[in-house]
Amino acid sequence: MTVQSPVHTAPAAAGGGSRPKKSKSWLATVPLLAFVVLVFGVPLVIILGGTFTREGTLSAANVTDSLQGAYLTALLGSVKLSALVAVVGALLGTFLAQAVVTSRFRLLREAVLTASGVLSNFGGIPLAFAWIATLGNSGVVTSALGLDSAGWSLYNFWGLTLVYLYFSIPLMVVVVVPALDGLRPQWREAAQNNGANTWQYWRHVGIPVLTPTLLGGVVLLFGGAFAAYATAAAMVGGTVPLVTLQIANALSGNVLIGHENVALALSLDMIVVAGLVMAVYLPLQRRSARWLR
Amino acid sequence: MAALTPAGPMAPVTPPAIAAGPGGRAGRPRRIRVWRGVVLLVAAVYFLVPLIASFTFTVKDASKGFTLDAYGQILSAEGFGKSLLLSLGLGVATIVVVLLLTLPAMLAVRLSVPKLKPVLEILCTLPLVVPPITFVAGITTILQWGPDHLADTPFFQTIIAAQNPDFPVVLVLAYVILALPFVYRALDAGLGALDARTLVEAARNLGASWPHLLFRVIVPNLRSALASASFLTLALVLGEFTIASLLHYQTFPVWIYTISGSQAQVSVAVSVFSLLITWLLLLVLSSAGARQRSGS
Repeated sequence: MTVQSPVHTAPAAAGGGSRPKKSKSWLATVPLLAFVVLVFGVPLVIILGGTFTREGTLSAANVTDSLQGAYLTALLGSVKLSALVAVVGALLGTFLAQAVVTSRFRLLREAVLTASGVLSNFGGIPLAFAWIATLGNSGVVTSALGLDSAGWSLYNFWGLTLVYLYFSIPLMVVVVVPALDGLRPQWREAAQNNGANTWQYWRHVGIPVLTPTLLGGVVLLFGGAFAAYATAAAMVGGTVPLVTLQIANALSGNVLIGHENVALALSLDMIVVAGLVMAVYLPLQRRSARWLR
Repeated sequence: MAALTPAGPMAPVTPPAIAAGPGGRAGRPRRIRVWRGVVLLVAAVYFLVPLIASFTFTVKDASKGFTLDAYGQILSAEGFGKSLLLSLGLGVATIVVVLLLTLPAMLAVRLSVPKLKPVLEILCTLPLVVPPITFVAGITTILQWGPDHLADTPFFQTIIAAQNPDFPVVLVLAYVILALPFVYRALDAGLGALDARTLVEAARNLGASWPHLLFRVIVPNLRSALASASFLTLALVLGEFTIASLLHYQTFPVWIYTISGSQAQVSVAVSVFSLLITWLLLLVLSSAGARQRSGS
């Protein structure tokens, strides 16, 4: 919340005097800033305040509760799932993007890029249902291949990973294709002229230039999987411990009397984790922009 | 919602970079071609099978074999029209509000108060860090706390009015926040490609008023950025489940979830259908973007 104090002072300073002719134009930013502070800032303050309040008194009990037992398992489960999805999705997405970028078929490239744009937004309830219809207990593929008798189940940690990758890989493709396009052929030619083989080219030129983009993609994928709620709710209900499911559970009243604010403490835990991971992303994005123009 | 990405649907809108040089390299090793074929094949199986299987699931019938009944039942299913209209209405309201808030602010920042740009950028990116479920935890707490403490003040009526189940304003407010990062990026890219200062000065010198300038000069020039911002917002609102379901509003995704218990085939049919619609919207958008590029 500290970022918000400059919001109020800055307009006055900027509009103060140096530009007498346009001194009113900062007013155009006021509605947006006020809206964000009110609609976004107030719930955040409430989360923060509620986290440290139990039954009307100041207390850290909610935080302690949110970091032990089933809640801790859920938080760790979410982090584990998101990290796995992020790393695997980034790797597979990069391979797919490279295969498409180096292809001579323009149509293939256009088709994959458009499909990636759509599929990277294919989340929530429809995604869960598409997979349930495919590999769920009475899914088409499940019954066609007789997977149910082989003990297959979609409704566990690995099933969720499989489903989350369905939007994560396309997202990685969308993120990494511009970077792969930015690898100039001259760099490769220069490396080859200097006697480098393919491995050496990637080791010393390709990967270092791509690293910020790749890490940025991992962060983005992590954030997407970490925040996902609808897909998990429709698919696994409560069988896989995830922090988003626990928050929804607590918000629906499934907590001990007087412990309602545990939902807010869990929310704060999530924001802290997501914030830490995102904090890595922003500087990286600037760095990769320098090379890939 | 989970994966709604700033880069996502915009990718086809940005000019496709010239297919890079590797075509020029002679004698590509056979190994690489095989490797590429395998990658593409595995990807095709992974991404196409669920789509084909979902479709099969909706048309398969134990007695008749093949039937499109599930798609016919979508229209007659109870609550379909109402929830879809609600979601579309929320989408339009969100687009109007978010554009009215961001466009003047971003224009002002670009033209005369560049000092505010970092502030705006951070504020508009922050919603990415806050997962929707935590946001809704804050909102529910306020909505529960409000009636207890504000009963005698005008705020009370406002809070009640914002929760009107026929048109929950509270959802519009929340969706505007969720859409901010995507709208900001789309408009920022659009404004960056535009010489806004020259346009504004020329229009002002010719005597245009500010509203005239905004709607007759800036908006037409930003058409494709505005279209992509609107599309992203609409896609977000039409797919958003977390906030609507936890605040107990029957929007379109919540409706799909509700009917899945009794009509599994119909709910999968709607899912397939909604993907097709998204695909169509995106194609329209990217071809509009391409046309504008070739025109300019």
